[in-house]
Amino acid sequence: MARNLTFHIFRHNPADPASTPHMDTFVLNETAAMTLFIALNRIREEHDPGLQFDFCCRAGVCGSCAMVVNGRPALACHTKTRDLPESVTLLPLPFFKLVGDLSVDTGVWFREMYQRVESWIHTAKAFDPSKKEARMANATAEAIYELDRCIECGCCIAACGTARMREDFLGAAGLNRVARFRLDPRDERKDADYFHLIGDDAGIFGCMGLLACEDVCPKHLPLQDQLAALRRKMAGTALRRTLPFFRDVKKIRKK
Amino acid sequence: MQTIYTDLLCIGAGLAGERAAVEAAQAGLGVICISLVPARRSHSVCAQGGMQAALGNCAMGEGDSPDVHFADTVKGSDWGCDQEVARLFANTAPIEMRRLAHWGVPWNRVVPGVHTYYKGGKPFKKQEKKEHEGLIHARAFGGTAKWRTCYASDGAGHSVLYTMDNRAAQLGVAVHDRMEALSLIHDGHTCLGAVVRSLRTGELVAYMAKATLVATGGFGRIYRHSTNAVINDGGGHIAVLDTGVVPLGNMEAVQFHPTGIVPTDILVTEGCRGDGGTLLDVNQERFMQIYEPEKAELASRDVVSRWMVHHIRQGKGVPSAYGDHLWLDIRHLGQKHIRSKLREVDEICQSFLGIDPVRQLIPVRPTQHYSMGGVRTDKTGAAQGLKGLFSAGEAACWDMHGFNRLGGNSLAETVVAGGIVGQTIVEYIQGAEVSISTRTVADAVQRDQARIDALLQGRNGMENAYDVREAMFDVLEDAAGIYRNGADLERGVARLQEIHARARRIALRSNGLGANPELALALKLPGMVRLALCVAYGALNRTESRGSHTREDFPERNDRDWLNRTLATWPDGADLPRLTYEPASKVWPLPPGDRGYGGGTIIPATPTTAPAAGE
Repeated sequence: MARNLTFHIFRHNPADPASTPHMDTFVLNETAAMTLFIALNRIREEHDPGLQFDFCCRAGVCGSCAMVVNGRPALACHTKTRDLPESVTLLPLPFFKLVGDLSVDTGVWFREMYQRVESWIHTAKAFDPSKKEARMANATAEAIYELDRCIECGCCIAACGTARMREDFLGAAGLNRVARFRLDPRDERKDADYFHLIGDDAGIFGCMGLLACEDVCPKHLPLQDQLAALRRKMAGTALRRTLPFFRDVKKIRKK
Repeated sequence: MQTIYTDLLCIGAGLAGERAAVEAAQAGLGVICISLVPARRSHSVCAQGGMQAALGNCAMGEGDSPDVHFADTVKGSDWGCDQEVARLFANTAPIEMRRLAHWGVPWNRVVPGVHTYYKGGKPFKKQEKKEHEGLIHARAFGGTAKWRTCYASDGAGHSVLYTMDNRAAQLGVAVHDRMEALSLIHDGHTCLGAVVRSLRTGELVAYMAKATLVATGGFGRIYRHSTNAVINDGGGHIAVLDTGVVPLGNMEAVQFHPTGIVPTDILVTEGCRGDGGTLLDVNQERFMQIYEPEKAELASRDVVSRWMVHHIRQGKGVPSAYGDHLWLDIRHLGQKHIRSKLREVDEICQSFLGIDPVRQLIPVRPTQHYSMGGVRTDKTGAAQGLKGLFSAGEAACWDMHGFNRLGGNSLAETVVAGGIVGQTIVEYIQGAEVSISTRTVADAVQRDQARIDALLQGRNGMENAYDVREAMFDVLEDAAGIYRNGADLERGVARLQEIHARARRIALRSNGLGANPELALALKLPGMVRLALCVAYGALNRTESRGSHTREDFPERNDRDWLNRTLATWPDGADLPRLTYEPASKVWPLPPGDRGYGGGTIIPATPTTAPAAGE
C-alpha cells in the first residue's frame, strides 16, 4: 500500500523581512519510482509555490541538488523515497551561504576554490593549431578522468569535520582538484608549487582523516586515497624544504 | 537599480558561451557571463557521448576527413542546413578538439593492438595502429560514415565544460551566477545589453555591453517529456523573440532522442548504440534492421525515433504504468566496457531505475532532446535584425543542423561555434563605438519592473502558473510530437493562443519575494507559450516531412517547395508569430539527394527552384 510521507523542510527566505528560520511540514502520497526531485516539485506545485530548492540536470551529473536528507548530505535527484522512512527531514547543506530554504550558494565558493588552487593546466607550451595533438597513454587519460568526475555538489564539504571548524578549509573537493592536476602530465607544476597552495592547515594538513567526505560522495570518488597520497607528498616536500639534511640523504643514496 | 558595464555580455555560461568568452578575454576584452546556475551546472555538463571531429586516428576512422564529416552533416540535416556553416564546422572541429586536449580534456586515446567491438549485437575485430598510439580515439555514432566521436568515457560534456570553465577562470572571465536575463535592451537597431533579475535577491540589474551573446542552450522544457535540464526553458529565446525584430529560425525542427529512460526521461547516450547496443521489442527481438537494413540502430536520431514509435504502434511495445516503451540492450558489451566507457549510463541505470545494465535491459522511449531551431544568425554568429547581438550553440540557428542533428555534432558545435563567434565578437567590439542612452535603459528596466509589480500586486487575473504550464505541455504533446498532422496542429495552435492569453493572467499564490521560483515561472510563461506557438505554427505551415519534422499528411520531403528555412518574428502585441522563409543554404556543394537511410520519397526541386551545385 502506498505510504503517506511526511516531509519536514527547513524554511527561511533572507529576502523577506518577515521570515524567520523554521521547519514546515508537508504530507505527500508516495508514488512509484518517486525521488526527492519528484516529491519537492510536487510540494512546490501543490502546496507551496514559494519553496526554494535547486535542481538542474535532475540526473545526478550537475551537482545542484545536494541537501541534507535525514541527517546525511546527498543528491536529492537520485534519492528514492522508497529508501527513506515515512518521515523525511530536509535541510540545506551547512558550510555554504544560504540563498533560501534548501538552496545554498555553492557557485561562489567553488569559483574561489579554483582561483586558490589555480585549477587549470600550467604549461609553458603554446597551442599550435597546425600540429597533431600531444600523445598521452590511454591509462593516464582514464586516471585523470577518474578524478575529474567531481560534480562540485559540496556534499564532501558539508560532511567534513574540519570544514565545520574553519571556513577557509579547501575540503576534499579542492584537494581532489589538486590531485587531478598533479596526475596530469600536461601540468608542469612541481610538488613544491603545490605545497605553496595546500601545504597548511587550510589545505592538506587540515584533513583529520574522518572519511566522511568519501562516505557521502555521490560519485564515489576515491577521496581518502587521494588525500592520503597528497599528505604524504606534501609532508615529504615540507621536510625537504625545512631540513637540508633530507636532501643530503637523498644525494648520498643516489651515490 | 545597479548598472554594470562590460565589453561582452554572455547570456549563458555553458560551453558555447564560455568558449566565446575565452576568445574575448584572450583578446584583452572585459567579459561577464550571466548564468542561471553556477557555470559548471550548465546543461553542457550532461552531454555524455562526445564530439565529432574528423581526426581519423582510430582504425574505424581511417580515411576520414572534413569532407566526409561535411557530407554526413548535410545528409543528417536532410539538406536543411546552411552548407557554408557545415563546411566551416567540419574544417574547424579537429583543431578545436586538439585545443581542448591542450587545455586539459582527458580524451580517451588510441591503444594499439587487436580489439573486439560490437555491431548489431555481434562481435567483430579491429586493429589499432602502433603509430597512432596515444592520439585521440573516437567512437561510432548514428548517421556517420566513420567512427568520429571523440570521447572522455561517457562524460565528455563534463570534462570539456570543466576544462573550459578552468580556462575562463584562468583568464579572469567573470561569471555572475543565479542571474536571469528577462529582456534585451535595444533601440530597434542595436543591442545594448540586457535587463537581468537576480535569483538571489529578486532585484533587477541592467547589464550594458558593446556586444551581447545569447548562448542559453535549448528550450526543451516547453515539452513535458524532455531530456533537457530544468533550466532549458527558452529564457534566451524569449528575450530575443520579444525584441520583435530578431527572427528565430526553424523552430518546428525539434529532435527526439531514441533513448530517454522510462519514466524519468533521463538520457542514456547514443554511445550505447555506437558501441554496439541494440534496441529490442516486447518479444526481446531486434527490429531496427527490419526497417533500416544498412544502418539499423545507427541511422540518424529522427529515423530511429520514428521507427521506434512505428514499432510500438504495431503492438510491439513493452506495456508499463508509464505507457509503452522498448528496451535498450547493452549486456553483451560486458561489465568492463559498461563500467568504464559507459559509466554514467551504468550510474543512471543503478540510481534512477534500480537496474544493473550489465545483466538487465534498459527501458527506453524517444524523448524531446534538442532544439535545431533558435536565434537566426549568419555564418559568423551575428544575429539577424540587431547589431551587436550574437548567438552560439544550441540557442542559435547558425544552422549546421538543418532539420536533424547528428549525435556528437552539438557538443562539438558549442566549442567550434563559440570560437568562431568569439572571433567575430572581438572584431566587432574592436571596431564598435556604442552610445548608450540612459533613457533606453531606464525604459527597458521599467517595463520589466512593471511586469513584476503587476504580478506582486495580483493585478493580472487568477490563473495558476503550474496549471497553465500543464495545459501548454498537453498541447505540444498532442500536436507537435514525433508525428504531426494538419488537423492536430490547427487545433493545437488555436489552443495555444488561448493558453497564451491565460499565461498573461497569472496570479501568484506565494509572496514573490527574493529568489521566488513562482515569480520566475510567471514572468517566463507567456514567452514559453510564444515559443510553443512558433513551433506549432511553423509545423502547421511546413507541409512536408524533413528530418525531425514529420507530417503524416505530407510524407514526402518536398524540395520543390520547402528547401528553405522558416523565420519567425513576434510583432509587439501579436497573438501569432509572423513567418517568412529564406533559402536553406546560399551554396550547394552537396545538391539535395537521398540520405541513404530513413526511406521516404522526395519531391525533387524543379528546374526553376533547383539549387546550383558546386558553388
